[in-house]
Amino acid sequence: MHNPQLNKNGELQHLLTIEGLPKANILHILDTASSFVSIGDREVKKVPLMRGKSVFNLFFENSTRTRTTFEIASKRLSADVINLNIAASSSSKGESLLDTIDNLSAMHADMFVVRHAQSGAPYLIAKHLNDTQQSHVHVVNAGDGRHAHPTQGLLDMYTIRHYKKDFSNLTVAIVGDILHSRVARSDIHALTTLGVPEVRAVGPRTLLPSGLEQMGVRVYTDIHQGLKDVDVIIMLRLQNERMSGALLPSAQEFFKSYGLTPERLALAKPDAIVMHPGPMNRGVEIDSAVADGTHAVILSQVTFGIAVRMAVMSILAGN
Amino acid sequence: MNIHIRNGRLIDPANGIDAQQDLYIVGDRIAGIGQASAGFAADRTIDADGMIVAPGLVDLSARLREPGYEYKATLESEMQAAVQGGVTSLVCPPDTDPVLDEPGLVEMLKHRARSLNQAHVYPLGALTAGLKGQALTEMAELTDAGCIAFSQAEAPIVDTTVLLRAMQYAQTFGFSVWLRPQDPHVGRSGVAHSGPVASRLGLSGVSPMSETLALYTIFELVRATGARVHLCRMSTAAGLELVRAAKKEGLPVTCDVGAHHVHLTEIDIGFFDSNARLTPPLRGQRDRDAIRQALLDGTIDAICSDHTPVDDDEKLLPFGEASAGATGLELLLSLALKWSEEARDQAALPRALAKITSDAARVAGLAAGRLSVGSAADVCVFDPQARWTVAAGALASQGKHTPFLGYELTGQVRTTIVAGHIAYQR
Repeated sequence: MHNPQLNKNGELQHLLTIEGLPKANILHILDTASSFVSIGDREVKKVPLMRGKSVFNLFFENSTRTRTTFEIASKRLSADVINLNIAASSSSKGESLLDTIDNLSAMHADMFVVRHAQSGAPYLIAKHLNDTQQSHVHVVNAGDGRHAHPTQGLLDMYTIRHYKKDFSNLTVAIVGDILHSRVARSDIHALTTLGVPEVRAVGPRTLLPSGLEQMGVRVYTDIHQGLKDVDVIIMLRLQNERMSGALLPSAQEFFKSYGLTPERLALAKPDAIVMHPGPMNRGVEIDSAVADGTHAVILSQVTFGIAVRMAVMSILAGN
Repeated sequence: MNIHIRNGRLIDPANGIDAQQDLYIVGDRIAGIGQASAGFAADRTIDADGMIVAPGLVDLSARLREPGYEYKATLESEMQAAVQGGVTSLVCPPDTDPVLDEPGLVEMLKHRARSLNQAHVYPLGALTAGLKGQALTEMAELTDAGCIAFSQAEAPIVDTTVLLRAMQYAQTFGFSVWLRPQDPHVGRSGVAHSGPVASRLGLSGVSPMSETLALYTIFELVRATGARVHLCRMSTAAGLELVRAAKKEGLPVTCDVGAHHVHLTEIDIGFFDSNARLTPPLRGQRDRDAIRQALLDGTIDAICSDHTPVDDDEKLLPFGEASAGATGLELLLSLALKWSEEARDQAALPRALAKITSDAARVAGLAAGRLSVGSAADVCVFDPQARWTVAAGALASQGKHTPFLGYELTGQVRTTIVAGHIAYQR
């Protein structure tokens, strides 16, 4: 089956998912990102790699944080950025997704950064662009439903590499709502591709999708066993609407069973790092003492996120 | 008109015929097989050299989209698709707009279909008013208007008391109840088989339990009421195991499978291909193997097209938002032949044809799907070698979406005869 994110020469044309992305491509993105990290410290925080290019941030689902980081990344690459909060405009007027895309393409977009509540929506857009001879327009998936959040997965890998240097001897635990998490899926694909020998998923049965083991993951329902001797802990955000209902009885009970406390962190290796894609729910999935403690690298993730998004956009724009 | 179909290989599963025999039609009836009736003079001779002459196909589920959804398909387009696919009798579910829950609507549909003079149309009446699962419909009146059985289509009854009453009432008059086994709650919001593919793609799942939970309830109600139940669109290995046991127990149940599920699995969703968004969802490899086994051992009585035309606006959407369904009338024959080819044994072809002719007719209680002298002259003549590629342009149906787009299939209809009238020829 043709992988729609690669062009005829096997180069990255769109970034839709980490699944199936060769290790070399991932490492190339991480290496490119390293060269961009220092730009943020300069007085003039800009490089001219995407001067004259138009990047459209198409957010069909609200997100301030991710949209802002893409906006900053585009601006540091000297691109023109147009933010469209479509959750509140065309689609509520009944315009179809592909009509919106055709209209924006007619305004000579070079890149779409897409966030959508439906898994697979960026694929539909990429396929449509390819089918309508607009394959010069690139699509970056900024999070689709439960499916993928590839730039988050890549920035997580950048962060892990920064602190741990090597992937080949790590044990990584991903904790919380795996079922609804696109971040978990992208992290799992990235970690297994980069050769991490043990990836664990930790959560209650109601928040673990079926067939997870087939993604190369060891499943734990007991957090104490799940965190034992791990090098990296990735905590996931628990959405408000899922805190009480048929999946979980309450946020308090979730914290009691799966929240990351200093005592539980002590089960991990002494030099373990704690990550979180944000925004955090303190006292639900993570204790403040851990979130603000010495093991947490959560703010570094944010900083690296901009460099990784610059790397992705500049590589796509060059292909 | 008198028609002589000569030199063909005649396969009639109902009568156990598979031989080089000529077929003679007088008026709307079959007048002779192997030899002409006395005084037969052909007005029209069809040379079927190299062709197979079979009963016209009987499709247990084809949505014609009338009334209410004419933007998706019209009776004209879909009836043309039927005869182009060799289908001469089709059963249509009641989930139109308005729902087929009143005799007047059924009479209008039957009248519209008759005036087109193509395939025979056999509507299923709604089991409950508006398919809402609350009040029973006038089943006797609907039967007089032309309904052959009663169904909830894709709207499972939430209140089990209503289902119990509906089955008791139907049994009183000897009407059949057609149900797709699906739990009203489990898997209701799902769009793909719960399994590794859905987990990977982040699609919400429909557990096989949705099918088995419903089957447990239905079988218990069949035991209590004695109602005759036909189970539509079986999809799971576990569900088929329950049907097998129920048949062995002697319960009056039959079942069918959609042609897609005989061939495809969750893997065919690929990268979110909304053409593979079907109801029930495409299942796992093990389920598909169980479907094929159940076809062989007779647990599954019939294969249907589950023809569901969907327009572009409702398909060119993210997978989870796209409407479920695929066009199927013109693929039914080829997909049954594909199964027989893959089975590779002597009896494979007649057996595959039985699933789309005589067995399907038996399930629906129709005097169709056979080539006996004196029976209605519904005939399908097809070229078993001809290969064709599934493409939007090759389809008469207004529905152009199918997970088989781009597939090369074998078997092409040359002539379709409905009640002695040549409805299609290529």
